[in-house]
Amino acid sequence: MSELLIKLWDSGTIQKGIWETVYMTFVSAFFSYLIGLPLGILLNVTAKDGIHPMPWLYRIVSIFVNIFRSIPFVILMVAMLPVAKLITGTSLGNNAMIVTLVIAAAPYVARMAESSFKEVGGGVIEAAKSMGASDMRIICQVLIPEAKPSLIVGSVISLVTILGYSAMAGTIGGGGLGMIAVSFGYQRFNDDIIWICVLLTIIIVQIIQETGMLIARKTDKRIR
Amino acid sequence: MIQIENLSKTYKTSAGGFTALSDVNLTVNDGEIFGIIGLSGAGKSTLVRCINFLEVPTSGKVVIDGDEMGTLSKKELLIKRRSIGMIFQGFNLLEQRTVLKNICFPLEIAKVPKEQAVKRARELLELVGLADKESSYPSQLSGGQKQRVAIARALAAETKYLLCDEATSALDPDTTRSILDLLKKVNKELGVTIIVITHEMKVIESICDRAAVLDGGNVAELAPVSELFANPKSDIARKLILSAVNTAEEIKGGRVIRIIFDGETSYKPVIANLILSCQAPLNILKADTQDVGGKAFGQIIIGLPDDEVLAERVTKYLDDNGIKFSETEAV
Repeated sequence: MSELLIKLWDSGTIQKGIWETVYMTFVSAFFSYLIGLPLGILLNVTAKDGIHPMPWLYRIVSIFVNIFRSIPFVILMVAMLPVAKLITGTSLGNNAMIVTLVIAAAPYVARMAESSFKEVGGGVIEAAKSMGASDMRIICQVLIPEAKPSLIVGSVISLVTILGYSAMAGTIGGGGLGMIAVSFGYQRFNDDIIWICVLLTIIIVQIIQETGMLIARKTDKRIR
Repeated sequence: MIQIENLSKTYKTSAGGFTALSDVNLTVNDGEIFGIIGLSGAGKSTLVRCINFLEVPTSGKVVIDGDEMGTLSKKELLIKRRSIGMIFQGFNLLEQRTVLKNICFPLEIAKVPKEQAVKRARELLELVGLADKESSYPSQLSGGQKQRVAIARALAAETKYLLCDEATSALDPDTTRSILDLLKKVNKELGVTIIVITHEMKVIESICDRAAVLDGGNVAELAPVSELFANPKSDIARKLILSAVNTAEEIKGGRVIRIIFDGETSYKPVIANLILSCQAPLNILKADTQDVGGKAFGQIIIGLPDDEVLAERVTKYLDDNGIKFSETEAV
Protein backbone atom coordinates (compact mmCIF):
# COMPACT_ATOMS: atom_id res chain seq x y z
CA MET A 1 0.00 0.00 0.00
CA SER A 2 1.36 3.38 -0.91
CA GLU A 3 2.06 5.99 1.75
CA LEU A 4 -0.31 8.38 0.02
CA LEU A 5 -3.22 5.99 0.42
CA ILE A 6 -2.56 5.72 4.15
CA LYS A 7 -2.24 9.46 4.39
CA LEU A 8 -5.50 10.00 2.50
CA TRP A 9 -7.28 7.56 4.78
CA ASP A 10 -5.80 9.04 7.99
CA SER A 11 -6.69 12.57 6.94
CA GLY A 12 -10.23 11.44 6.20
CA THR A 13 -10.06 12.37 2.52
CA ILE A 14 -11.37 9.01 1.34
CA GLN A 15 -14.16 9.00 3.89
CA LYS A 16 -15.11 12.50 2.76
CA GLY A 17 -14.99 11.27 -0.83
CA ILE A 18 -17.47 8.53 -0.08
CA TRP A 19 -19.78 11.00 1.61
CA GLU A 20 -19.47 13.49 -1.27
CA THR A 21 -20.27 10.84 -3.84
CA VAL A 22 -23.32 9.69 -1.91
CA TYR A 23 -24.38 13.28 -1.27
CA MET A 24 -24.06 14.36 -4.92
CA THR A 25 -25.84 11.24 -6.12
CA PHE A 26 -28.84 11.44 -3.82
CA VAL A 27 -29.31 15.21 -3.91
CA SER A 28 -29.04 15.19 -7.72
CA ALA A 29 -31.44 12.27 -7.92
CA PHE A 30 -33.91 14.11 -5.70
CA PHE A 31 -33.94 17.21 -7.89
CA SER A 32 -33.86 15.12 -11.07
CA TYR A 33 -37.07 13.43 -9.94
CA LEU A 34 -38.58 16.73 -8.93
CA ILE A 35 -38.22 17.80 -12.56
CA GLY A 36 -38.19 14.47 -14.37
CA LEU A 37 -41.22 12.82 -12.79
CA PRO A 38 -43.69 15.56 -13.79
CA LEU A 39 -42.11 15.52 -17.26
CA GLY A 40 -42.61 11.76 -17.41
CA ILE A 41 -46.25 12.16 -16.40
CA LEU A 42 -46.68 14.90 -19.00
CA LEU A 43 -45.15 12.67 -21.68
CA ASN A 44 -47.41 9.75 -20.76
CA VAL A 45 -50.59 11.79 -20.44
CA THR A 46 -50.18 13.80 -23.64
CA ALA A 47 -49.03 10.87 -25.80
CA LYS A 48 -51.29 9.72 -28.62
CA ASP A 49 -52.69 6.86 -26.53
CA GLY A 50 -52.50 8.76 -23.24
CA ILE A 51 -55.28 9.96 -20.94
CA HIS A 52 -55.33 13.39 -22.51
CA PRO A 53 -53.68 13.27 -25.92
CA MET A 54 -52.04 16.56 -26.96
CA PRO A 55 -49.75 15.63 -29.83
CA TRP A 56 -48.12 19.07 -30.21
CA LEU A 57 -47.21 19.33 -26.52
CA TYR A 58 -45.95 15.76 -26.50
CA ARG A 59 -43.72 16.50 -29.46
CA ILE A 60 -42.25 19.66 -27.93
CA VAL A 61 -41.45 17.97 -24.60
CA SER A 62 -40.17 14.88 -26.36
CA ILE A 63 -37.77 16.82 -28.59
CA PHE A 64 -36.57 18.87 -25.62
CA VAL A 65 -35.88 15.70 -23.64
CA ASN A 66 -34.15 14.06 -26.60
CA ILE A 67 -31.82 17.03 -27.07
CA PHE A 68 -30.52 16.81 -23.51
CA ARG A 69 -30.36 13.04 -23.67
CA SER A 70 -28.25 13.08 -26.82
CA ILE A 71 -25.43 15.27 -25.51
CA PRO A 72 -22.66 13.17 -23.94
CA PHE A 73 -22.41 13.99 -20.24
CA VAL A 74 -18.80 15.23 -20.30
CA ILE A 75 -19.79 17.84 -22.88
CA LEU A 76 -23.12 18.76 -21.27
CA MET A 77 -21.30 19.09 -17.94
CA VAL A 78 -18.83 21.73 -19.13
CA ALA A 79 -21.47 23.44 -21.26
CA MET A 80 -23.75 23.83 -18.28
CA LEU A 81 -21.16 25.29 -15.93
CA PRO A 82 -22.39 28.85 -16.60
CA VAL A 83 -25.89 27.76 -15.58
CA ALA A 84 -24.43 26.22 -12.44
CA LYS A 85 -22.66 29.47 -11.67
CA LEU A 86 -25.89 31.38 -12.19
CA ILE A 87 -27.73 29.20 -9.70
CA THR A 88 -25.07 28.48 -7.05
CA GLY A 89 -22.77 31.44 -7.56
CA THR A 90 -19.79 29.26 -8.40
CA SER A 91 -18.78 26.79 -11.06
CA LEU A 92 -16.74 24.73 -8.63
CA GLY A 93 -17.67 22.36 -5.84
CA ASN A 94 -20.30 19.75 -5.24
CA ASN A 95 -23.34 22.03 -5.40
CA ALA A 96 -22.33 23.38 -8.79
CA MET A 97 -21.87 19.80 -9.96
CA ILE A 98 -25.32 18.92 -8.66
CA VAL A 99 -26.81 21.51 -11.01
CA THR A 100 -25.12 19.98 -14.05
CA LEU A 101 -26.00 16.48 -12.87
CA VAL A 102 -29.66 17.43 -12.54
CA ILE A 103 -29.71 18.96 -16.02
CA ALA A 104 -28.28 15.73 -17.40
CA ALA A 105 -30.31 13.31 -15.31
CA ALA A 106 -33.79 14.91 -15.32
CA PRO A 107 -34.50 14.08 -18.98
CA TYR A 108 -33.24 10.56 -18.33
CA VAL A 109 -35.58 10.24 -15.37
CA ALA A 110 -38.43 11.59 -17.51
CA ARG A 111 -37.99 8.76 -20.01
CA MET A 112 -37.63 6.15 -17.27
CA ALA A 113 -40.83 7.37 -15.62
CA GLU A 114 -42.64 7.53 -18.96
CA SER A 115 -41.88 3.89 -19.61
CA SER A 116 -42.98 2.91 -16.08
CA PHE A 117 -46.30 4.66 -16.61
CA LYS A 118 -46.69 2.92 -19.92
CA GLU A 119 -46.69 -0.41 -18.10
CA VAL A 120 -49.97 0.51 -16.44
CA GLY A 121 -52.53 -1.21 -18.62
CA GLY A 122 -54.93 0.82 -20.73
CA GLY A 123 -57.73 -1.33 -19.34
CA VAL A 124 -57.35 -0.09 -15.78
CA ILE A 125 -57.38 3.49 -16.98
CA GLU A 126 -60.44 2.81 -19.10
CA ALA A 127 -62.14 1.29 -16.05
CA ALA A 128 -61.35 4.41 -14.01
CA LYS A 129 -62.71 6.58 -16.81
CA SER A 130 -65.89 4.53 -16.93
CA MET A 131 -66.40 5.30 -13.24
CA GLY A 132 -66.25 9.00 -13.95
CA ALA A 133 -62.72 9.65 -12.67
CA SER A 134 -61.20 12.96 -13.77
CA ASP A 135 -57.82 13.05 -15.52
CA MET A 136 -56.15 14.39 -12.37
CA ARG A 137 -57.62 11.59 -10.28
CA ILE A 138 -56.50 9.00 -12.80
CA ILE A 139 -52.95 10.35 -12.62
CA CYS A 140 -52.84 10.50 -8.82
CA GLN A 141 -54.86 7.41 -7.91
CA VAL A 142 -54.33 5.04 -10.81
CA LEU A 143 -51.24 5.90 -12.84
CA ILE A 144 -48.79 6.68 -10.03
CA PRO A 145 -49.84 4.02 -7.48
CA GLU A 146 -50.08 1.29 -10.14
CA ALA A 147 -46.68 2.23 -11.57
CA LYS A 148 -45.03 2.55 -8.15
CA PRO A 149 -43.03 -0.70 -8.09
CA SER A 150 -41.76 -0.02 -11.60
CA LEU A 151 -40.93 3.59 -10.67
CA ILE A 152 -38.86 2.34 -7.75
CA VAL A 153 -36.94 -0.06 -10.00
CA GLY A 154 -36.42 2.85 -12.39
CA SER A 155 -35.11 5.06 -9.61
CA VAL A 156 -32.49 2.43 -8.72
CA ILE A 157 -31.26 2.47 -12.32
CA SER A 158 -31.29 6.27 -12.33
CA LEU A 159 -29.35 6.46 -9.06
CA VAL A 160 -26.62 4.20 -10.40
CA THR A 161 -26.42 6.24 -13.59
CA ILE A 162 -26.20 9.49 -11.63
CA LEU A 163 -23.48 7.98 -9.45
CA GLY A 164 -21.51 7.27 -12.62
CA TYR A 165 -22.03 10.84 -13.80
CA SER A 166 -20.94 12.19 -10.41
CA ALA A 167 -17.56 10.53 -10.80
CA MET A 168 -17.08 12.40 -14.06
CA ALA A 169 -18.10 15.62 -12.36
CA GLY A 170 -15.21 15.01 -9.97
CA THR A 171 -12.76 15.69 -12.78
CA ILE A 172 -13.89 19.27 -13.40
CA GLY A 173 -14.18 20.63 -9.92
CA GLY A 174 -16.49 18.38 -8.00
CA GLY A 175 -15.42 16.18 -5.12
CA GLY A 176 -16.09 12.55 -4.41
CA LEU A 177 -14.46 9.26 -5.26
CA GLY A 178 -14.09 10.28 -8.92
CA MET A 179 -11.96 13.23 -7.97
CA ILE A 180 -9.80 11.13 -5.62
CA ALA A 181 -9.27 8.41 -8.23
CA VAL A 182 -8.25 10.93 -10.88
CA SER A 183 -6.16 13.44 -8.98
CA PHE A 184 -4.49 11.19 -6.43
CA GLY A 185 -4.54 7.92 -8.31
CA TYR A 186 -4.28 8.58 -12.02
CA GLN A 187 -2.28 11.79 -12.02
CA ARG A 188 0.19 10.65 -9.36
CA PHE A 189 0.52 7.08 -10.64
CA ASN A 190 -0.97 5.40 -7.57
CA ASP A 191 -2.86 2.43 -8.96
CA ASP A 192 -3.94 1.26 -5.53
CA ILE A 193 -5.88 4.48 -4.97
CA ILE A 194 -7.73 3.97 -8.25
CA TRP A 195 -8.62 0.42 -7.25
CA ILE A 196 -9.76 1.45 -3.79
CA CYS A 197 -12.12 3.99 -5.40
CA VAL A 198 -13.40 1.34 -7.82
CA LEU A 199 -14.04 -1.03 -4.94
CA LEU A 200 -15.84 1.62 -2.90
CA THR A 201 -18.04 2.56 -5.86
CA ILE A 202 -18.94 -1.06 -6.42
CA ILE A 203 -19.97 -1.38 -2.79
CA ILE A 204 -22.12 1.76 -2.93
CA VAL A 205 -23.81 0.58 -6.15
CA GLN A 206 -24.49 -2.84 -4.62
CA ILE A 207 -26.07 -1.29 -1.56
CA ILE A 208 -28.29 1.00 -3.69
CA GLN A 209 -29.26 -1.84 -6.00
CA GLU A 210 -30.11 -4.38 -3.31
CA THR A 211 -31.98 -1.97 -1.05
CA GLY A 212 -33.91 -0.53 -3.99
CA MET A 213 -34.99 -3.90 -5.31
CA LEU A 214 -35.97 -5.01 -1.84
CA ILE A 215 -38.23 -1.97 -1.46
CA ALA A 216 -39.67 -2.53 -4.95
CA ARG A 217 -40.48 -6.15 -4.14
CA LYS A 218 -42.02 -5.23 -0.80
CA THR A 219 -44.31 -2.60 -2.38
CA ASP A 220 -45.45 -4.67 -5.34
CA LYS A 221 -48.75 -6.35 -4.56
CA ARG A 222 -48.72 -8.31 -7.80
CA ILE A 223 -46.09 -10.71 -6.51
CA ARG A 224 -47.35 -13.06 -3.83
CA MET B 1 -83.88 4.04 -20.38
CA ILE B 2 -81.06 4.18 -22.91
CA GLN B 3 -81.96 5.42 -26.37
CA ILE B 4 -79.47 5.16 -29.17
CA GLU B 5 -80.47 7.10 -32.26
CA ASN B 6 -78.82 7.06 -35.68
CA LEU B 7 -75.48 6.39 -34.06
CA SER B 8 -72.44 6.22 -36.32
CA LYS B 9 -68.77 6.00 -35.55
CA THR B 10 -66.00 6.37 -38.08
CA TYR B 11 -62.31 6.08 -37.30
CA LYS B 12 -59.68 7.90 -39.24
CA THR B 13 -57.13 5.52 -40.64
CA SER B 14 -54.28 5.96 -43.05
CA ALA B 15 -56.48 4.38 -45.71
CA GLY B 16 -59.26 6.93 -45.21
CA GLY B 17 -62.10 6.23 -42.81
CA PHE B 18 -63.14 3.01 -41.16
CA THR B 19 -66.80 2.77 -40.26
CA ALA B 20 -67.22 0.85 -37.02
CA LEU B 21 -70.90 1.66 -36.56
CA SER B 22 -73.39 3.00 -39.01
CA ASP B 23 -76.85 4.27 -38.18
CA VAL B 24 -77.49 2.16 -35.12
CA ASN B 25 -80.89 2.57 -33.48
CA LEU B 26 -81.96 0.79 -30.36
CA THR B 27 -83.62 1.31 -27.02
CA VAL B 28 -82.76 -0.46 -23.80
CA ASN B 29 -85.61 -0.48 -21.31
CA ASP B 30 -85.16 -0.11 -17.59
CA GLY B 31 -84.87 -3.39 -15.74
CA GLU B 32 -84.09 -5.61 -18.69
CA ILE B 33 -81.00 -7.58 -19.62
CA PHE B 34 -80.19 -6.57 -23.14
CA GLY B 35 -77.72 -8.49 -25.25
CA ILE B 36 -75.59 -7.27 -28.10
CA ILE B 37 -74.04 -10.10 -30.06
CA GLY B 38 -71.84 -10.17 -33.09
CA LEU B 39 -68.65 -11.63 -34.46
CA SER B 40 -65.40 -9.89 -33.65
CA GLY B 41 -65.11 -6.67 -35.57
CA ALA B 42 -68.86 -6.21 -35.73
CA GLY B 43 -68.64 -3.04 -33.66
CA LYS B 44 -69.93 -4.37 -30.33
CA SER B 45 -67.16 -2.90 -28.19
CA THR B 46 -67.37 0.44 -29.95
CA LEU B 47 -71.13 0.51 -29.44
CA VAL B 48 -70.92 -0.15 -25.72
CA ARG B 49 -68.23 2.52 -25.34
CA CYS B 50 -70.42 5.00 -27.16
CA ILE B 51 -73.06 4.48 -24.48
CA ASN B 52 -70.88 5.90 -21.70
CA PHE B 53 -69.03 8.13 -24.14
CA LEU B 54 -65.63 6.51 -23.65
CA GLU B 55 -65.86 6.73 -27.42
CA VAL B 56 -67.45 9.83 -28.81
CA PRO B 57 -69.79 8.95 -31.69
CA THR B 58 -69.19 10.62 -35.04
CA SER B 59 -72.90 11.31 -35.39
CA GLY B 60 -76.17 10.39 -33.76
CA LYS B 61 -77.42 10.58 -30.20
CA VAL B 62 -77.22 8.61 -26.99
CA VAL B 63 -79.91 9.60 -24.52
CA ILE B 64 -79.79 8.15 -21.02
CA ASP B 65 -82.72 8.94 -18.75
CA GLY B 66 -83.45 12.01 -20.81
CA ASP B 67 -79.87 13.33 -20.76
CA GLU B 68 -78.30 13.53 -24.15
CA MET B 69 -74.72 12.43 -23.53
CA GLY B 70 -73.27 14.54 -26.34
CA THR B 71 -74.60 17.79 -24.88
CA LEU B 72 -73.30 17.26 -21.34
CA SER B 73 -70.36 19.33 -20.13
CA LYS B 74 -67.20 17.48 -19.22
CA LYS B 75 -68.06 17.64 -15.54
CA GLU B 76 -71.65 16.54 -16.07
CA LEU B 77 -70.43 13.63 -18.17
CA LEU B 78 -68.13 12.45 -15.36
CA ILE B 79 -71.03 12.59 -12.92
CA LYS B 80 -73.32 10.79 -15.36
CA ARG B 81 -70.78 7.98 -15.78
CA ARG B 82 -71.02 7.19 -12.08
CA SER B 83 -74.49 5.75 -12.68
CA ILE B 84 -73.21 3.53 -15.49
CA GLY B 85 -70.96 0.74 -14.27
CA MET B 86 -68.78 -1.24 -16.63
CA ILE B 87 -67.02 -4.58 -16.44
CA PHE B 88 -64.47 -5.97 -18.85
CA GLN B 89 -63.06 -9.17 -20.27
CA GLY B 90 -59.72 -8.44 -18.58
CA PHE B 91 -61.33 -7.42 -15.24
CA ASN B 92 -59.16 -4.28 -15.01
CA LEU B 93 -58.80 -4.22 -11.26
CA LEU B 94 -56.26 -1.95 -9.59
CA GLU B 95 -53.47 -4.43 -8.89
CA GLN B 96 -51.91 -2.42 -6.08
CA ARG B 97 -55.14 -2.06 -4.12
CA THR B 98 -56.90 -4.59 -1.97
CA VAL B 99 -60.27 -5.97 -2.99
CA LEU B 100 -62.04 -3.68 -0.52
CA LYS B 101 -60.16 -0.61 -1.73
CA ASN B 102 -60.92 -1.50 -5.34
CA ILE B 103 -64.62 -1.44 -4.54
CA CYS B 104 -64.19 1.81 -2.63
CA PHE B 105 -62.58 3.49 -5.63
CA PRO B 106 -65.78 4.61 -7.41
CA LEU B 107 -67.07 5.80 -4.03
CA GLU B 108 -63.94 7.91 -3.57
CA ILE B 109 -64.68 9.41 -6.97
CA ALA B 110 -68.23 10.13 -5.83
CA LYS B 111 -66.75 11.69 -2.66
CA VAL B 112 -68.62 9.36 -0.33
CA PRO B 113 -67.24 9.62 3.24
CA LYS B 114 -64.76 6.84 3.92
CA GLU B 115 -66.68 5.06 6.65
CA GLN B 116 -69.82 4.93 4.56
CA ALA B 117 -67.83 3.77 1.53
CA VAL B 118 -66.30 0.87 3.43
CA LYS B 119 -69.72 -0.15 4.69
CA ARG B 120 -71.16 -0.09 1.18
CA ALA B 121 -68.15 -2.00 -0.20
CA ARG B 122 -68.63 -4.71 2.42
CA GLU B 123 -72.32 -5.04 1.50
CA LEU B 124 -71.35 -5.53 -2.12
CA LEU B 125 -68.67 -8.07 -1.25
CA GLU B 126 -71.37 -9.95 0.59
CA LEU B 127 -73.60 -9.78 -2.48
CA VAL B 128 -70.95 -11.19 -4.79
CA GLY B 129 -69.99 -13.86 -2.27
CA LEU B 130 -66.46 -12.73 -1.46
CA ALA B 131 -66.89 -11.35 2.03
CA ASP B 132 -63.78 -13.21 3.21
CA LYS B 133 -61.53 -11.73 0.54
CA GLU B 134 -61.68 -8.05 1.41
CA SER B 135 -58.00 -7.68 2.23
CA SER B 136 -56.71 -9.87 -0.59
CA TYR B 137 -55.00 -8.38 -3.60
CA PRO B 138 -56.28 -9.11 -7.13
CA SER B 139 -53.22 -11.24 -7.93
CA GLN B 140 -54.37 -13.67 -5.24
CA LEU B 141 -57.77 -14.24 -6.84
CA SER B 142 -58.98 -16.54 -9.60
CA GLY B 143 -60.50 -15.15 -12.80
CA GLY B 144 -64.04 -15.68 -11.61
CA GLN B 145 -63.31 -14.02 -8.28
CA LYS B 146 -61.71 -11.06 -10.04
CA GLN B 147 -64.81 -10.61 -12.15
CA ARG B 148 -66.96 -10.73 -9.01
CA VAL B 149 -64.87 -7.95 -7.50
CA ALA B 150 -65.19 -6.01 -10.76
CA ILE B 151 -68.96 -6.42 -10.61
CA ALA B 152 -69.05 -5.24 -7.00
CA ARG B 153 -66.90 -2.27 -7.94
CA ALA B 154 -69.08 -1.41 -10.93
CA LEU B 155 -72.17 -1.45 -8.74
CA ALA B 156 -70.75 0.48 -5.80
CA ALA B 157 -71.82 3.99 -6.72
CA GLU B 158 -75.60 3.64 -6.92
CA THR B 159 -75.28 2.21 -10.39
CA LYS B 160 -78.37 2.07 -12.55
CA TYR B 161 -76.85 0.52 -15.64
CA LEU B 162 -74.19 -2.12 -15.99
CA LEU B 163 -72.28 -2.53 -19.22
CA CYS B 164 -70.59 -5.91 -19.61
CA ASP B 165 -67.96 -6.02 -22.33
CA GLU B 166 -67.22 -9.70 -23.03
CA ALA B 167 -67.25 -10.14 -19.28
CA THR B 168 -67.23 -13.93 -19.38
CA SER B 169 -65.10 -14.50 -22.47
CA ALA B 170 -61.93 -15.15 -20.48
CA LEU B 171 -63.60 -17.58 -18.09
CA ASP B 172 -64.18 -21.33 -18.18
CA PRO B 173 -67.75 -22.64 -18.69
CA ASP B 174 -68.49 -23.26 -15.01
CA THR B 175 -67.22 -19.87 -13.94
CA THR B 176 -69.10 -18.27 -16.82
CA ARG B 177 -72.27 -19.87 -15.54
CA SER B 178 -71.74 -18.56 -12.02
CA ILE B 179 -70.95 -15.04 -13.25
CA LEU B 180 -74.07 -15.07 -15.42
CA ASP B 181 -76.12 -16.21 -12.43
CA LEU B 182 -74.67 -13.34 -10.44
CA LEU B 183 -75.58 -10.86 -13.17
CA LYS B 184 -79.09 -12.22 -13.18
CA LYS B 185 -79.27 -11.81 -9.42
CA VAL B 186 -78.00 -8.25 -9.67
CA ASN B 187 -80.67 -7.54 -12.26
CA LYS B 188 -83.46 -9.07 -10.20
CA GLU B 189 -82.49 -7.95 -6.71
CA LEU B 190 -81.04 -4.52 -7.37
CA GLY B 191 -83.06 -3.71 -10.47
CA VAL B 192 -79.92 -2.83 -12.40
CA THR B 193 -80.39 -2.67 -16.17
CA ILE B 194 -77.70 -4.76 -17.82
CA ILE B 195 -76.25 -4.58 -21.29
CA VAL B 196 -74.27 -7.63 -22.26
CA ILE B 197 -71.79 -7.60 -25.12
CA THR B 198 -70.69 -11.02 -26.27
CA HIS B 199 -69.80 -13.19 -29.21
CA GLU B 200 -71.25 -16.25 -27.50
CA MET B 201 -74.87 -17.13 -28.18
CA LYS B 202 -74.93 -19.15 -24.97
CA VAL B 203 -74.52 -16.01 -22.90
CA ILE B 204 -77.40 -14.28 -24.69
CA GLU B 205 -79.49 -17.40 -24.41
CA SER B 206 -79.04 -17.87 -20.70
CA ILE B 207 -79.61 -14.37 -19.34
CA CYS B 208 -80.88 -11.87 -21.90
CA ASP B 209 -84.45 -10.73 -22.39
CA ARG B 210 -83.86 -9.10 -25.74
CA ALA B 211 -80.88 -8.99 -28.02
CA ALA B 212 -79.53 -7.11 -30.98
CA VAL B 213 -77.41 -8.89 -33.55
CA LEU B 214 -74.67 -6.66 -34.85
CA ASP B 215 -73.04 -7.22 -38.21
CA GLY B 216 -70.62 -4.89 -39.94
CA GLY B 217 -71.62 -1.98 -37.74
CA ASN B 218 -75.33 -2.40 -38.37
CA VAL B 219 -78.10 -3.89 -36.29
CA ALA B 220 -79.03 -6.90 -38.40
CA GLU B 221 -81.77 -8.05 -36.09
CA LEU B 222 -83.33 -7.03 -32.80
CA ALA B 223 -85.79 -9.30 -31.05
CA PRO B 224 -86.72 -10.97 -27.79
CA VAL B 225 -84.24 -13.78 -27.28
CA SER B 226 -86.82 -16.55 -27.50
CA GLU B 227 -87.96 -15.21 -30.84
CA LEU B 228 -84.43 -14.73 -32.05
CA PHE B 229 -83.71 -18.32 -31.25
CA ALA B 230 -86.86 -19.83 -32.64
CA ASN B 231 -86.92 -17.82 -35.76
CA PRO B 232 -83.71 -16.06 -36.67
CA LYS B 233 -84.35 -13.82 -39.63
CA SER B 234 -80.90 -12.62 -40.54
CA ASP B 235 -78.13 -14.78 -41.94
CA ILE B 236 -75.75 -13.60 -39.27
CA ALA B 237 -78.14 -14.59 -36.47
CA ARG B 238 -78.55 -18.04 -37.97
CA LYS B 239 -74.83 -18.37 -38.24
CA LEU B 240 -74.26 -17.34 -34.64
CA ILE B 241 -76.94 -19.69 -33.38
CA LEU B 242 -75.58 -22.62 -35.33
CA SER B 243 -72.00 -21.93 -34.35
CA ALA B 244 -73.14 -22.16 -30.74
CA VAL B 245 -73.83 -25.83 -31.39
CA ASN B 246 -70.55 -26.53 -33.14
CA THR B 247 -72.26 -28.65 -35.73
CA ALA B 248 -70.37 -31.78 -36.59
CA GLU B 249 -68.67 -31.62 -39.92
CA GLU B 250 -69.72 -34.97 -41.27
CA ILE B 251 -73.42 -34.77 -41.77
CA LYS B 252 -74.27 -36.52 -44.95
CA GLY B 253 -77.49 -36.50 -46.95
CA GLY B 254 -80.97 -36.54 -45.50
CA ARG B 255 -82.93 -33.66 -44.07
CA VAL B 256 -81.65 -31.94 -40.99
CA ILE B 257 -83.84 -30.05 -38.60
CA ARG B 258 -83.14 -27.89 -35.62
CA ILE B 259 -85.48 -28.21 -32.68
CA ILE B 260 -85.59 -25.14 -30.52
CA PHE B 261 -86.18 -25.04 -26.81
CA ASP B 262 -86.95 -21.57 -25.62
CA GLY B 263 -88.32 -21.93 -22.19
CA GLU B 264 -90.68 -24.89 -22.30
CA THR B 265 -90.58 -27.17 -19.35
CA SER B 266 -87.45 -29.22 -19.21
CA TYR B 267 -89.26 -32.12 -17.56
CA LYS B 268 -90.91 -33.36 -20.75
CA PRO B 269 -88.95 -36.05 -22.59
CA VAL B 270 -89.50 -34.43 -25.99
CA ILE B 271 -87.10 -36.45 -28.10
CA ALA B 272 -87.96 -39.78 -26.50
CA ASN B 273 -91.67 -39.17 -27.02
CA LEU B 274 -90.97 -38.17 -30.59
CA ILE B 275 -89.11 -41.37 -31.36
CA LEU B 276 -91.61 -43.56 -29.59
CA SER B 277 -94.66 -42.13 -31.26
CA CYS B 278 -93.18 -41.86 -34.74
CA GLN B 279 -91.28 -45.12 -34.56
CA ALA B 280 -88.57 -43.33 -36.49
CA PRO B 281 -84.84 -43.84 -35.91
CA LEU B 282 -83.56 -40.33 -35.39
CA ASN B 283 -79.96 -39.33 -35.42
CA ILE B 284 -79.07 -36.68 -32.89
CA LEU B 285 -76.25 -34.82 -34.60
CA LYS B 286 -75.63 -32.26 -31.97
CA ALA B 287 -77.39 -31.13 -28.88
CA ASP B 288 -76.87 -28.13 -26.73
CA THR B 289 -79.51 -27.47 -24.15
CA GLN B 290 -79.45 -26.17 -20.70
CA ASP B 291 -81.83 -26.00 -17.84
CA VAL B 292 -82.49 -22.56 -16.47
CA GLY B 293 -84.80 -22.72 -13.50
CA GLY B 294 -86.78 -25.71 -14.78
CA LYS B 295 -87.07 -24.37 -18.29
CA ALA B 296 -85.21 -25.76 -21.23
CA PHE B 297 -83.18 -23.49 -23.46
CA GLY B 298 -81.09 -24.46 -26.43
CA GLN B 299 -81.33 -26.58 -29.47
CA ILE B 300 -80.98 -30.08 -30.78
CA ILE B 301 -80.01 -30.83 -34.32
CA ILE B 302 -81.50 -33.97 -35.72
CA GLY B 303 -80.92 -35.90 -38.89
CA LEU B 304 -84.25 -37.21 -40.17
CA PRO B 305 -84.58 -40.72 -41.54
CA ASP B 306 -83.94 -41.06 -45.29
CA ASP B 307 -87.42 -42.55 -45.68
CA GLU B 308 -89.57 -39.57 -46.63
CA VAL B 309 -92.74 -40.93 -45.09
CA LEU B 310 -91.03 -41.34 -41.77
CA ALA B 311 -89.48 -37.89 -42.05
CA GLU B 312 -92.89 -36.36 -42.75
CA ARG B 313 -94.29 -38.17 -39.75
CA VAL B 314 -91.64 -36.61 -37.55
CA THR B 315 -92.23 -33.07 -38.77
CA LYS B 316 -95.97 -33.53 -38.44
CA TYR B 317 -95.55 -34.73 -34.87
CA LEU B 318 -93.49 -31.65 -34.08
CA ASP B 319 -96.07 -29.37 -35.66
CA ASP B 320 -98.93 -31.06 -33.89
CA ASN B 321 -97.21 -30.78 -30.53
CA GLY B 322 -96.24 -27.16 -30.99
CA ILE B 323 -92.55 -27.86 -30.83
CA LYS B 324 -90.59 -25.20 -32.65
CA PHE B 325 -88.19 -26.37 -35.30
CA SER B 326 -86.68 -25.27 -38.53
CA GLU B 327 -85.11 -27.01 -41.46
CA THR B 328 -81.47 -26.28 -41.69
CA GLU B 329 -78.87 -27.08 -44.25
CA ALA B 330 -76.64 -30.01 -43.62
CA VAL B 331 -73.72 -27.86 -42.57
